[in-house]
Amino acid sequence: MALTADRERSYLWQDGTVRSWLLTTDHKRIALLYMASITVFFILGGIGAALIRMQLVMPTGAILSDETYGRMFTMHGIVMVWLFLVPSIPVTLGNFLVPLMLGARDLAFPRLNLISWYLFVMAGLLVVYGLFRGGLETGWTFYTPLSTDYTQGRVLPVVAGVFLSGFSSIATGLNFIISIHQLRASGMTWYRLPLMLWALYATSVIFVLATPVLSITLVLLAFEHFFRVGVFDPTLGGDPLLFQHLFWFYSHPAVYIMILPGMGVVSEVVSTFCHKQVFGYRFVAWSSISIAAIGFLVWGHHMFVAGTSLYAAVVFSMLSFLVSVPSAIKVFNWLGTMHGGAIRLDAPMLYAMGFIGLFTVGGLTGLFLASLASDVHLTQTYFVVAHFHYIMVGGMVSAYFAGLHYWWPKITGRMYPEMWGRTAAALLFFGFNLTFFPQFLLGYEGMPRRYATYPAQFQVLNVLSSAGASILALAYILPLIYFAWSLLRGARATDNPWQATGLEWRTSSPPPTENFVHPPVVTHDAYDYAALDQANIAARQEVPHA
Amino acid sequence: MSWLPEASAHATRIDILLAGLLLISLAVLGLVFGLMTINIIRFRVGSRVPLSHEAVVHKSWRFEIGWTSATLVIFFLLFLWAARLYVVGFQPPSGAIQIYVTGKQWMWKVQYPGGQREINMLHVPMGRAVQLLLTSEDVIHDFSIPVLRIKHDVLPGRYQSIWFVATRSGQFRFYCTQFCGIGHSRMTGTLVVLNSTDYADWLDHTPASGSLATTGEMLFIRNGCSGCHVSGRYASDARDTSRAPSMVGLYGSMVPGPDGRPIRVDSAFLHDAILHGGPARSQQGNYSTEMPSFRGVLGEDDLAALVAYLQTLSPSASSGMGVDAVTPREGN
Repeated sequence: MALTADRERSYLWQDGTVRSWLLTTDHKRIALLYMASITVFFILGGIGAALIRMQLVMPTGAILSDETYGRMFTMHGIVMVWLFLVPSIPVTLGNFLVPLMLGARDLAFPRLNLISWYLFVMAGLLVVYGLFRGGLETGWTFYTPLSTDYTQGRVLPVVAGVFLSGFSSIATGLNFIISIHQLRASGMTWYRLPLMLWALYATSVIFVLATPVLSITLVLLAFEHFFRVGVFDPTLGGDPLLFQHLFWFYSHPAVYIMILPGMGVVSEVVSTFCHKQVFGYRFVAWSSISIAAIGFLVWGHHMFVAGTSLYAAVVFSMLSFLVSVPSAIKVFNWLGTMHGGAIRLDAPMLYAMGFIGLFTVGGLTGLFLASLASDVHLTQTYFVVAHFHYIMVGGMVSAYFAGLHYWWPKITGRMYPEMWGRTAAALLFFGFNLTFFPQFLLGYEGMPRRYATYPAQFQVLNVLSSAGASILALAYILPLIYFAWSLLRGARATDNPWQATGLEWRTSSPPPTENFVHPPVVTHDAYDYAALDQANIAARQEVPHA
Repeated sequence: MSWLPEASAHATRIDILLAGLLLISLAVLGLVFGLMTINIIRFRVGSRVPLSHEAVVHKSWRFEIGWTSATLVIFFLLFLWAARLYVVGFQPPSGAIQIYVTGKQWMWKVQYPGGQREINMLHVPMGRAVQLLLTSEDVIHDFSIPVLRIKHDVLPGRYQSIWFVATRSGQFRFYCTQFCGIGHSRMTGTLVVLNSTDYADWLDHTPASGSLATTGEMLFIRNGCSGCHVSGRYASDARDTSRAPSMVGLYGSMVPGPDGRPIRVDSAFLHDAILHGGPARSQQGNYSTEMPSFRGVLGEDDLAALVAYLQTLSPSASSGMGVDAVTPREGN
């Protein structure tokens, strides 16, 4: 039977030993290894979030001591940022898709790819060790001198873990950049690349350029700790603001690491489910690059009240407005893509539309914070918490789920249950807004972030937020269940279940280990649905296996 | 839940800016969600409009340039508006009252020009410019007064300044809004805005050096006791006793002694406990930190003041328990 033959050749079933998985250099298997790891970290970070929201139901704190609360939000932040959000789409969907979309056999450096996974796992274990053997209460930002002189927690293993995860990011970034330059299939010009690849390319540039700055910063932190070299500590002659500059020089571009791949996914999904070319392809492509470029010049907007100079603040504010322009361009182009399409509202599209809505709210509230005078009032309150969760959870996690549902048939060869997918997407949107919208109001009212207890006047909004969080939790648990179910019971996926144009849909589901039986040749622009439709009509008249 | 009041003209200007931002945001959101909805209704699969693969290249340039430049212009105007209001913060008027505010894990010390000192309270006159000079003794804190819509980080080793003219009398909260350790959420206080006569009155009636208990309270904080021991004064709902026992109601209570038998906490107990430190005196509880000895750090005068202060934290016990107390020895 042809089906069993396909199964035998697929990357999933060819050699199923544990050893073959742990020593694999196949980008598709490594993507799955990563997927399993970041799912574990996502659950861990989610447990932290759940405890935080439970604590804040009561003004006096419902369940945790001040100390445990501090450790909990630190754990939540560090795990979610470095062990989930930063790697999320690039190392899972990106790893799986970059060679397939390029029409290549694998990434440029398959073994480096495997090493980066091992580095990531070691990093994760170090961080988890530090957080559980003693814990840490500095927040994910490690501000000095709190993190150097005034905390009893385990700073060093955690910092070492974050340091190590940086090398994993750099390896992945290098691999993507070189693959996109070198491994494009015949006929695959730069302007024929799927927008997902433009986004991942921009992301990789940030990985490679920004991550070393974080590594240097963390090394300096360790130097100061061990050798008492005054870098950041004012009592040793250092400057605590220097740490913030260095930290945000990495961490603001890191925000774009977290959102750009999501934008790539949304471009793919919107185009497919509108069955139409992306409106303004070149603008969307170059907006990714300009976000990555300008993103390096806005770190100072985290420090408008930190004591930097007036001139620095004014320049950083202007640049922060500027960086939001390419994001706006993307949103308008997605809406333009929908216009005149043939829109299907399957789960990936629902998630993608959720992304557009929530990302727009996140972006617009970003303007409140880029504006100097209003930032002074709103920064370091729950307004900021709500703002970046709209980008990172409302945006990035929605996009991650959109991508997971969209490529699930390709990755596993099985369809997920559509009704459940749509339900989860709707729950995510609703639960997310209920959780985080009240936090905008809390922030305006002045409730500071990272408070274990708070004045009673803030309770109503906090309870609403916690109620939303429980719905959000459900929206995360549902896909875990039905994805697992679909692995065993899901309907078999065809090669191109969404009638999409990308090269990844031209091979079998799941793909064979070598990706393509015959190296593909690209003859059309990306998203050329007119050509696809014509080819389909022609194929129906001739042999059914074009 | 009441809406956040505006206690200065600056606060009103910020609220107008926020309203402007909100209006623009709502307009954009309306546009995005409106277009999304219209597109779904008109172009969903099965609707009457046929799918067209017309070349969009020519049309798209005009749209792209249109929405890019519109966005740029609006953003630039917003930037100018907000920057103008921000610049004001860097220009304190001459003749402003200068008040020194020092952050320390986890309290705010406030010193007035006249020598008055306060903890977690800030009294200012209405209608006069006040400049706060902010510094920290340890980590980075942040002094935030929501009703005035201002805040600033408080750094160790340097002064930062913010200024305001309060236009509304009353009591308002201020907060530490830069995470500064586990007592962060206890680091709040009250801003009291008084009219000028009340303010002069308050200054007159606030002694420059306080009573014994007040001195003790200062010592309790200045020597770092409050870093571990909850004393209930600054945040009545604080209950973090993971590092050290709470001081609230401790005086006069029974605790297990070194040999396991319960003993009553009296003045001598407190006095010795401070001098010897550590768990030697009492085996109760498992705390994450060990109390250091304050021998050589605190003089007897200081100890007396501290003990007097700790007695005030057990209002019911203090009257009857005073008898056996080591009476403060003047000049010792």
